Amino acid sequence: MRDTIRFLRNGRIVELADFGPTETLLDYLRLREGAVGTKEGCNEGDCGACTVAIGTSEGGRMVYRPVNACIQFVGMMDGKEIVTVEDLAEGEDLHPVQAAMVDLHGSQCGFCTPGIVMSLFTLYHADAEPTRRTITDWLAGNLCRCTGYRPIVDAAKAACAGPADDKFSAEAGATTGLLDFLADRRDIFVGDDERFFAAPRTVDGLADLYARHPDATLVAGATDVGLWVTKQMRSLPKIIHLGRVLGMDRVEDAGNAVLIGAAATYDEVAPHMAAIDPDLGEVFRRIGSKHVRSAGTVGGNVANGSPIGDTPPMLIALGAAVELRLGDDSRVLPVESYFIDYGKQDRRPGEFVAGLLVPKLAEDQVFRAYKISKRFDQDISAIMSAFRFTLDGGVITEARVAFGGMAATPKRAAATEAKLVGARPGQAGSWTPALEALAEDFRPIGDMRASAEYRLETARALLAKALVETAGAPTSMTRVVGHREIEATAHG
Amino acid sequence: MRPEPDIAPDDVVVAAEAPESFLAEPDLGPAADEPAPESTDLVDADEPTAAGEPAPDAGEPAEADIVSEGAVPPEGDVAVAPPPAQAALPRTLAVVSQPIRHDSAVKHVTGAAVYIDDMREPAGTLHLAPGWCRTHARAKLLAVDLSEVRKAPGVVDVLVAKDVPGINDVSSAMGDDPMLAEGEILFWGQVVFCVVATTREAARRAVRLARFEVEPLKPLVTVEDALAADSHVLPDYRFGRGDVGKALANSQRRLKSQIAVGGQEHFYLEGQVAMAVPGEDDDMLVYSSTQHPTEVQHTVAKVLGVIDAAITVETRRMGGGFGGKESQANQWAALAALAAKVTGRPCKMRLDRDDDMIMTGKRHDQVASFDVAYDGEGRLLAVDLDFASRCGYSADLSLGVNDRTMFHADNAYFYPTVTIRSQRLKTNTCSNTAFRGFGGPHGVIAAERIIDSIAVTLGLDALEVRKRNFYGPGRDVTPYGMKVEDNILADIVGQLEVSCDYWKRRASVRAFNAKSRILKKGLALTPVKFGISFTLIHLNQAGALVHVYTDGSVHLNHGGTEMGQGLFLKVAQVVAEEFGIPLEKVKITATNTAKVPNTAPTAASSGSDLNGMAAQAACREIKARLIDFVSLVYGTPAEQIDFRDSQVIIGNGAVPFREIVKKAFLARIQLSAAGYYKTPKITWNRDKAEGRPFLYFSYGAACSEVTIDTMTGEMRVDRVDILHDCGKSLNPAIDIGQIEGGFVQGMGWLTTEELVFDGEGRLRTHAPSTYKIPTASDVPEHFVTKLYDSPGNREDTIFRSKAVGEPPLMLPASVFSAIFDAIGSIKPGVVPPLDAPATPEAIMKAIHATRRGGA
Repeated sequence: MRDTIRFLRNGRIVELADFGPTETLLDYLRLREGAVGTKEGCNEGDCGACTVAIGTSEGGRMVYRPVNACIQFVGMMDGKEIVTVEDLAEGEDLHPVQAAMVDLHGSQCGFCTPGIVMSLFTLYHADAEPTRRTITDWLAGNLCRCTGYRPIVDAAKAACAGPADDKFSAEAGATTGLLDFLADRRDIFVGDDERFFAAPRTVDGLADLYARHPDATLVAGATDVGLWVTKQMRSLPKIIHLGRVLGMDRVEDAGNAVLIGAAATYDEVAPHMAAIDPDLGEVFRRIGSKHVRSAGTVGGNVANGSPIGDTPPMLIALGAAVELRLGDDSRVLPVESYFIDYGKQDRRPGEFVAGLLVPKLAEDQVFRAYKISKRFDQDISAIMSAFRFTLDGGVITEARVAFGGMAATPKRAAATEAKLVGARPGQAGSWTPALEALAEDFRPIGDMRASAEYRLETARALLAKALVETAGAPTSMTRVVGHREIEATAHG
Repeated sequence: MRPEPDIAPDDVVVAAEAPESFLAEPDLGPAADEPAPESTDLVDADEPTAAGEPAPDAGEPAEADIVSEGAVPPEGDVAVAPPPAQAALPRTLAVVSQPIRHDSAVKHVTGAAVYIDDMREPAGTLHLAPGWCRTHARAKLLAVDLSEVRKAPGVVDVLVAKDVPGINDVSSAMGDDPMLAEGEILFWGQVVFCVVATTREAARRAVRLARFEVEPLKPLVTVEDALAADSHVLPDYRFGRGDVGKALANSQRRLKSQIAVGGQEHFYLEGQVAMAVPGEDDDMLVYSSTQHPTEVQHTVAKVLGVIDAAITVETRRMGGGFGGKESQANQWAALAALAAKVTGRPCKMRLDRDDDMIMTGKRHDQVASFDVAYDGEGRLLAVDLDFASRCGYSADLSLGVNDRTMFHADNAYFYPTVTIRSQRLKTNTCSNTAFRGFGGPHGVIAAERIIDSIAVTLGLDALEVRKRNFYGPGRDVTPYGMKVEDNILADIVGQLEVSCDYWKRRASVRAFNAKSRILKKGLALTPVKFGISFTLIHLNQAGALVHVYTDGSVHLNHGGTEMGQGLFLKVAQVVAEEFGIPLEKVKITATNTAKVPNTAPTAASSGSDLNGMAAQAACREIKARLIDFVSLVYGTPAEQIDFRDSQVIIGNGAVPFREIVKKAFLARIQLSAAGYYKTPKITWNRDKAEGRPFLYFSYGAACSEVTIDTMTGEMRVDRVDILHDCGKSLNPAIDIGQIEGGFVQGMGWLTTEELVFDGEGRLRTHAPSTYKIPTASDVPEHFVTKLYDSPGNREDTIFRSKAVGEPPLMLPASVFSAIFDAIGSIKPGVVPPLDAPATPEAIMKAIHATRRGGA
């Protein structure tokens, strides 16, 4: 047991014992360190002004990811390197991403700039080729209100090509050594039984701790829980962080299915999903931002039971199952059964989501998923839809249809599915009854994202679109984004 | 703090070689009654000058007279080093017009640029959070129980209306914006009390503990609500010419329709923030993120009940403003100052993003209704245009904003017979305010919709109809009676039409739409003509304060504020140019009401026009004194004295600027000046609707291509080409940044940015999670911006440049019109009733209506 956390700052180990369970990384940096280069823009993980780079040692090399410091708890930093905008330049010598931003006029008011620099710093260190698509993906979580982004994208192109060659790459060996040294096998428990930050190292330790403190809040990436603190001003005196639990972040290819540990981030899961189907990859690409996907987890997306989470409709359509654990007991149920009602899931006190099992597609199955939002990137769905059709000789023999944003929970469309059996995607008349049946399955509400009418009408349109595409229409003629022809190539 | 960076030495074109100095000391002459300065001060052959390449146009030293005729030669031989270049007019600009990077760019990228929340807090600083009634938009306040708030951990004080020693009002002029509401609340988010606590978190937690007892009243939320209730915040206004009713009645072709245009949240990345530090007597130093330090000063003095002179307001930089920190910064600065007054401790107020979006005003939303007559060619004959504008619960700047809507309801088009009306409606929503374009964009969108609609009904290409309606000879008087004298739109649009390949792409779009059932493309090329000057005439003035120090460095201060637009840099370029010194010798300093008083807001795109001229005036005053001095000392006629390449050119000789400055100081010449400028030519009699409200117009045009999904309403912008007029640009890099940024911001307003109020008047989109400004992928890969090759502003503006802050915001009318064009392709001849913003849902709604045949 360890009663401190330890992380790296500028090559030095910082050990903290005195910190609040939900003290944010941003507050730590600004109020404690006085490192005020990192800005607070929205305090909800959406604008990216507070972006910092989190370095981890993975297989002997350093990996840097952008996160929103405003919704990361400082306790979650254990065993990681924190890099902020102040750390990049060496005296008068700017880091290549900083120099490019200056030379190409990438800043105006400058308030978003530190965050953008840090996002680009992580891109600079990533293996990814800085194509326009990669860059805009990387920057989706960095809002800039002044420049119109063009010069920033140009700066990214100029600075991020080729292998990293900066003081961080030069010192990567030493850094990984230090981080590996910090990665001990002890459980972390800072505080007392009434108020603590805990980060168990094993699943058994987690199960035991949570069973003893069923009123604790489980935190994986904090991309949702963080907002309970910064926006709802909720007091969460007991935090159990899942990020150190060994094996809980696993993503394994099990032949005809993919096993996902509950603490695996969206980014870790995404390539496996894209391999199942390009639409899965595209929706994963559009979940939150790079920052959110670096921290947030698919397990959390399911566990919190939001009706507008992007992954549950896809998981439901694929027939995925969720594994729940309480103490030493575990059980498995279909994802759709986990969601009972708004804010209510089939999860007992002390029970937690341990992982997910996502079946791959069979040869005779077609998958489609569409996300409708006001903005393509980094937006929350107005409607999320996913379809899996099993076909035999052009006839649908089984259909799984699931929607988000259409009901109080992510939900399967039973009546619609029934009407689809026997329909032929190539014959529009054969599936008209299924479109009509959506009104039986869903009575959506209107809110700031869309009206009830638009939701229902668009749900029909998306089902129709899925069927038209299944019948063979190229997506370059059926969609304005997410063309599968390109996706398939991009994902090899 | 990091050291101040070098400023783009590669970009600054100055003379490279340090010239030889005067070899002999000149006589100061009989008029000089002081002893001559030490000779060592005068001869410094190693005097460094700015590094860099020689000015490209620097010619060979000219053979010329050493001493001009008419001058009294000083005694003895005067050896003068040849100047590096011939002084000739017009001379090459060395600093102005160069694409120099933002003065704070290095500080931005290293995190060293200090915003108010980044300043080291004085010991004992307290933090504020606003308290409000979260349940209602409009209600009588029967009782406000703050007992739990007062008892909360960390709470030092709780401010309510009765704590205000002066006047409880933070409005710009109208007196209708209580800083702390009393007795009633008029919108959801109105501040009722304010917690002062030891930490910001403690303050934020405490405000939630208030208990309100209220009598709810039915709020007026929408334009329709206000019209039905006949609820106005200001009187209607109208102007025009001719008998529109008759012209409409007599016309063969007539079109009547309307368009609703949504508001817009500023979403400056740095939210509202102020810190007040109490001093002795009634003194208060207020750091405020404001575009209008003078108004913050006046507001703080008014609220505290002290003289203006006791209050000093300082603004180094804002993390974005866009109009949202013009009047809207007052309240937070005044609350911080009140708390500082009451507690005697420094107090800081920084709004949380949600509070900021809920409590502060936004761009107005308006419904424009039009009834127009036109001929068979699409030329407008008569226009009857009515704007109904949601102003919110108070007047704020709504008079000027809505007047500007009317001034731009013609955009670039001649309306032979016209009536333009504007209704300023009072609703129970936050008080709408200035936002880049200041009402102008609503007028432009209405004008473009009129043109687009005519094009559809006549089956003409909209670009043809646009061009036919441009102002031109004999058709050059606006609806408000100002003659358009500087119109260059035919040239701009003509050039863009060719460079963006408009007609070929029009054919491609048609071909695509003919074969594509689900996806449809649209194309539009739209112009912008934007009037430059505050329409409130007295705001068209500016001051600057310039000190030259004896080392040759220059301290620059003026009334304009820096919000990222590069104003400080542009004005510094002017000063460097005037003195002929490198930019790094000009120290940019924070805007401060104690240095330059009685300033206008940095708004109306006027920052460089006004402050550049004021700074130039200050420089020229100092230069005049130096020229008199030099002329006397060296016996060189004034017209042969010039300032460039870090030197004072004296006839055929040159002396380093710092040497001359040092000598002038020793000779007791004042090296500081306050410059002043007021815009000439402008007049506006609002009662009679007569005059010339604008000094000139800025012009531009953009062509946009979009693709829409007719099943879902999703839309993608495929390509944008822009050609924009900045006159002779002060800084092309900064100007292109303004154009691109303005375009994307305007594109957001017209597409993804939707403000949603529920039926109870509560804003449902008060965070970036629900309110979607454009992100990097919304900008098309082909996004090309070019500056119009201008001979310079016709008017005598600073180095013949043109204002650039607001005009580009209206260029994305082309995106909106392209979406309209794409929808229109579904059923030719039917006018799609597309409202803004064109969200997927709004696009679907217009598609359905178009399929049904209009309506």
